[in-house]
Amino acid sequence: MSAAAATHDEHHDHGPARGLMRWVFTTNHKDIGTLYLITALIMFMVGGAMALVIRAELFQPGLQLVDPMFFNSMATLHALIMIFGGVMPAFTGLANWMIPIMIGAPDMALPRLNNWSFWLLPFGFVLLASTLFMEGGGPAAGWTMYPPLVLQTGAALPFTIFSIHILGISSILASINIIVTVFNMRAPGMSLMKLPLFVWTWIITAFLMIAIMPVLAGTVTMLLTDKFFGTSFFNAAGGGDPVLYQHLFWFFGHPEVYVLILPSFGVISQVIPTFARKPLFGYSSMVYATASIGFLSFIVWAHHQYTVGMPIEGELFFTYATMLIAVPTGVKVFNWVSTMWKGAMTFETPMLFAIAFVVLFTMGGFTGLMMSISPADLQYHDTYFIVAHFHYVLVPGAVFALFAATYYWLPKWTGRMYDERLGQLHFWLTAISVNVTFFPQHFLGLAGMPRRIADYAVQFAEFNAWSTVGAFVFGFAQLIFVYVIIKAIRGEGEKANDEVWEGAREHGLEWTLPSPPPYHTWETAPEIH
Amino acid sequence: MATKTAYYLPHKASHPIFGSIGLFTLLAGFSNYLNGSPAGATMMWVGAAILIYMLFGWFGTVIRESVAGEYNDQVDASFRMGMIWFIASEVFFFAAFFGALHYARMYSVPWLGGEGSALGVETHQYLWNTFESVWPTNGPAHIGGKEGGHFEAMSAWGIPAINTLILLSSGGTVTWAHWGLLAGNRGQLIKGLIVTVALGLLFVALQAFEYHEAYTEMGLTLGTGIYGSTFFMLTGFHGLHVTIGAIILAVVLLRSLKGHFSPEHHFAFEAAAWYWHFVDVVWLGLFIFVYWL
Repeated sequence: MSAAAATHDEHHDHGPARGLMRWVFTTNHKDIGTLYLITALIMFMVGGAMALVIRAELFQPGLQLVDPMFFNSMATLHALIMIFGGVMPAFTGLANWMIPIMIGAPDMALPRLNNWSFWLLPFGFVLLASTLFMEGGGPAAGWTMYPPLVLQTGAALPFTIFSIHILGISSILASINIIVTVFNMRAPGMSLMKLPLFVWTWIITAFLMIAIMPVLAGTVTMLLTDKFFGTSFFNAAGGGDPVLYQHLFWFFGHPEVYVLILPSFGVISQVIPTFARKPLFGYSSMVYATASIGFLSFIVWAHHQYTVGMPIEGELFFTYATMLIAVPTGVKVFNWVSTMWKGAMTFETPMLFAIAFVVLFTMGGFTGLMMSISPADLQYHDTYFIVAHFHYVLVPGAVFALFAATYYWLPKWTGRMYDERLGQLHFWLTAISVNVTFFPQHFLGLAGMPRRIADYAVQFAEFNAWSTVGAFVFGFAQLIFVYVIIKAIRGEGEKANDEVWEGAREHGLEWTLPSPPPYHTWETAPEIH
Repeated sequence: MATKTAYYLPHKASHPIFGSIGLFTLLAGFSNYLNGSPAGATMMWVGAAILIYMLFGWFGTVIRESVAGEYNDQVDASFRMGMIWFIASEVFFFAAFFGALHYARMYSVPWLGGEGSALGVETHQYLWNTFESVWPTNGPAHIGGKEGGHFEAMSAWGIPAINTLILLSSGGTVTWAHWGLLAGNRGQLIKGLIVTVALGLLFVALQAFEYHEAYTEMGLTLGTGIYGSTFFMLTGFHGLHVTIGAIILAVVLLRSLKGHFSPEHHFAFEAAAWYWHFVDVVWLGLFIFVYWL
């Protein structure tokens, strides 16, 4: 086979350009993937620092460190930065690095567009971060930006809205590129049902983003016109409704949480088979489960609004539809466990994070199921219970998947094995501290502590103190992660061979390439068996 | 023209960064303008100029590469898929505003008028108990409009009906131009495109006239309650897209005059035509739900 044989042309050299401008003008999927990943890492640190400001203030009841307005800004920006700056760019970086390699393509389908989708991000974040220095401070109405509260934002409002537009354009362009790459650039013989699961989960994610990012753009545009151009979309006096905003926002927002978690499912489905030394159990059911979750994500949005006053039919529909999601998610969890069943398992750092993901994400899923029941949610709504729930699915969920992915592929990217002892230390510190941080928040929520408030009643003091201690250990443990990455990039540590992990060759095309892979890979399509 | 076997990979992209700088300057300028800063407007124009420069440069590069035969059939397929999914994202952008219109007409306005379950009854009773649910409306507080909050709604059977005919015909003429292109008949291609662009511009002109009437005679503005909001945001974004579509078609016309397209190789033409049909279909939705029903 090898359709695109090596008739390759003369007009380009095979290495990267020299100098710093390489990174500004690059069209290479590996360069762009690296840019995305490094940006995401920096954003994690920035967003994490904001989380520590929040936790430090909540260490004791009473107001001690920051004023409540700034606290609210921190809560708002922590969420926006972690979602749009941390998790999404990190997974897009993984997609850029790995998808062309995994499907046997020479690069992403639209390399110039790929450059733009990355280079929109830093400008979006500058726009967002600049609001902290403006009259009235940063946005402080929560990342969900509900009107009418958000319309009281000072000079920051238009900047926040336009930064969301820029980040949205970036996500849409990246999604288009990923879809086109997978559907048009696969090596001959790489049929859809042979795609690695990471690629599959990304296709579904990309479709979700193409559907929801424009809706978010339209919705925040309505906020802008309500504030500055006299429209009445969210103003009942003019015939509109603030609740309309919530419907529009969560039509974006619910699929958005699957945008954050589906690629995590993909990563875990790559890591577990490698370290269990078995093929993934139930591959096709994984694909269908991912697609089902993608579909269901569009018809459950109003479970975020049970307390806002919906007709009873709505409450019932959204309760049942939400509970349905447990079915395909359960399929996935059982498949991961079955993959490990009787596997010849070893427990290197990526596998540890993957196993912790399966356990802790499932717990986050269960608390989600509790809140899907609308009468029960009346109790949990806007308390620390929901904070605990979504941090369980996002931190030991999405973020652990990112840790697993980094340790799994770092030797491939850099050609150097990471320091396994440091990796294990990072894992145990992280896995313990994440539970110390978030587990007590379940109890706080059930006892009635409201979220997004800088102060609280004294009976919540003890659990909050625990949570803060956990958060600081968690935060500083991530410096180990940064150190491990820097060491590998600087070329310290043992050289990694092509396969990196024993038997990995069976689990994906990336392990048949040298470590690190050459600047251009699969200029001649690989043979797929 | 598909002369290369390998997939074309550009090795340096200098336009995207200008795109980012331009967009950033434009939007930071707009934000400053909205916050009442005097430098805002200037910044906006500078940003827009950078963005336009970027678009000329980027599209110019792609056109030169296409004419030089760098793009094989696989590259062509990438462009096609890319355009389709871009249009899909645009559909969802409009869906947000259609969704708002639907919600206002089916839920928020009837509830304010006391319909529905206990929810509507109480809303009505405690907020504005004299408000009757009607459409079109500028809400219980009669926001905007002429004196006393009065305004006229836009009738479907004047300019909007004519505009429907214009836009549907332009969908036909662009297809006729495509037939000419496929048959190698350049005269038909160019005539078809000229008529299409002209119809597009006529549509925009009539729309501008309609807006002028609304603002000066009918008391109907962007600020006229939920009716004015949905009316102008939906038709406004649509009009913007018609304008963009007409500009794209005009570029395609210029390229046709230069003989850039062959019956086998004319992605740019088809992309423009798809975009035009998309704009057409959105208009049908507008005509039915905004003007007619």
